Amino acid sequence: MSKIIKIHDMSLRDGMHSIAHQFSLKNMVDLSQALDKARVPLIEVTHGDGLAGGSVNYGFAKHTNSEYLSAVIPKLKYSKVSVLLIPGIGTINDLKMVEDLGVKSVRVATHCSEADVSEQHISYAANRGFDTVGFLMMSHMLSAKDIVEQARKMAGYGANCLYVTDSSGHMLPEEVTEKVSAMRHAFPDLEIGFHGHHNLGMAVANSIAAVEAGADRIDGSVAGFGAGAGNTPLEVFAAVCDLKGINLDIDLSALMDAAEDVATPIMGDKLPRVSRGALTLGYAGVYSSFLLHAIRAEKKHGVPAREILLELGRRKTVGGQEDMIEDVALELLRAGG
Amino acid sequence: MKIRCALIGSGNIGTDLLYKLLRSDVIEPVWMVGIDADSDGLKRAKDLGLKTTHGGVDGLIPHILEDNIQIAFDATSAYVHAENSRKLVEKGVKVIDLTPAAIGPFCVPPVNLEEHLSQGKDNVNMVTCGGQATIPMVYAVSRIQEVSYGEIIATISSKSAGPGTRKNIDEFTVTTSGAIEKVGGADKGKAIIILNPAEPPMMMRDTVHCLTKNEPDQEKITQSVLAMEKAVQAYVPGYRIKEGPVFDGNRVSIFLEVKGMGDYLPEYAGNLDIMTAASAKTAEMFAKQMIENQK
Repeated sequence: MSKIIKIHDMSLRDGMHSIAHQFSLKNMVDLSQALDKARVPLIEVTHGDGLAGGSVNYGFAKHTNSEYLSAVIPKLKYSKVSVLLIPGIGTINDLKMVEDLGVKSVRVATHCSEADVSEQHISYAANRGFDTVGFLMMSHMLSAKDIVEQARKMAGYGANCLYVTDSSGHMLPEEVTEKVSAMRHAFPDLEIGFHGHHNLGMAVANSIAAVEAGADRIDGSVAGFGAGAGNTPLEVFAAVCDLKGINLDIDLSALMDAAEDVATPIMGDKLPRVSRGALTLGYAGVYSSFLLHAIRAEKKHGVPAREILLELGRRKTVGGQEDMIEDVALELLRAGG
Repeated sequence: MKIRCALIGSGNIGTDLLYKLLRSDVIEPVWMVGIDADSDGLKRAKDLGLKTTHGGVDGLIPHILEDNIQIAFDATSAYVHAENSRKLVEKGVKVIDLTPAAIGPFCVPPVNLEEHLSQGKDNVNMVTCGGQATIPMVYAVSRIQEVSYGEIIATISSKSAGPGTRKNIDEFTVTTSGAIEKVGGADKGKAIIILNPAEPPMMMRDTVHCLTKNEPDQEKITQSVLAMEKAVQAYVPGYRIKEGPVFDGNRVSIFLEVKGMGDYLPEYAGNLDIMTAASAKTAEMFAKQMIENQK
């Protein structure tokens, strides 16, 4: 039997970006139950921007992270729940609060070149026995060699798993192969993961490339939930893996049912797709969660979202800089008027 | 006469502050304290004629009385500040804390420096770079009408964030959030910090969002915010409102940019400047008071 590739569902965290963080508790419970039934080993649950993500800048969620986690965790039989923590937004105190709710897996995310801001959080989590993941966002912006160097810091703080994170959905399979291979060789004893977005329609191909390059964990969402054009659609990825003889140890039919019968009705007309805006994110290498904010700025200030996103790409903005969107829109408005 | 002072910490912030103090009419920097004999800051201080030690605060303590040090700036880290401060205060030195330790009361000059002058505390805390840039604006809104929530997003260039800042990232968010409430006057505060590695490095930028309890009085708030911009510019000339105030329902948003004076790091590092300029201004006001009292 080949090694089991662990899939990590993003529907209830990255998927929050698709509906401005407005899942109800029932949405969260229903979908997590369906994923549990399909034997998805890991499910991430938080605001799209993680612990303490609720803000004017990113949007306030319908419920607090504690409310979501308290609703979901006790009902799961098989799946474990992870949370996202972005240093600079969330703190160790926020992690302590959810630790009490039974969370034992955390992904500490930094921009790919800024791994050293995660020292406090990774050390704390590793010392407390968490499954501790170092998550290098916007990995398309650094060379394979530099990604490894940053990942080495996270490994040194105590992370047991390191991620190549394609936050913009900008990578093509050959780049995924190069970066995941470099990580695989540099860290033979740690798990390596890949997180994709479907903005260029490449998420499934990229995730397969990651597995073939030695990745142990793959992120994705059912029905393509997730920022931009969504994450790697898990049910599609799972079907392709089955055809290729890649072992995920999940129930493919139950996963397809979760996508079709539970996830799709929740999202309704907000189901992510490779829209003009999402395609622009992938094309220009812009952080995927900027999409809805750019569309909102277009409505308020009359500057096309595509122009705003392209300008944000030129300025090399990074994850979390949603506050640049209105700023850039106003600047473009002035330049154009 | 000038009041003699010591700088603890020879990193980016301490070194930038040194250049500002050398221009002061009322303060004379005498000692620079580090922990690494090879640090660039210590070398520069020595070349500029200061006494230096790489023995940390303990290397300075025996010289405080003979060199008549009356003010010390601590630009080390939140973890060691309390101990540094205890040793200095014991010797009768007034401490200005540039770490996010915040054991003393917060000081944001255009908002509450006057208050601190009359209170005579041994230790005042300068919050954080993001706090110094944004809290005056939260206050500019809250002095007009009640602010139920104040949020700031500080984005700084990666090159301007030294190892201390990176290790203290939680302290940054916690300390800044607290000061948005205590000094800015918002019922609830939230702070976010982002490091951006773009080349050439981006200028420090800050966004301030205030949610007012009632519908914002646009005219009064705009006037108050523009007046506050001028008040900050008096000690940080590169401070400016880029956009806003923008009004959207009960949200008031102000987009700021802080261009540094290029004393130690180049102009993009406005985060260093606003911190060191606010600290220098605070120290000068204390120094003037000391000179006055000694007359």
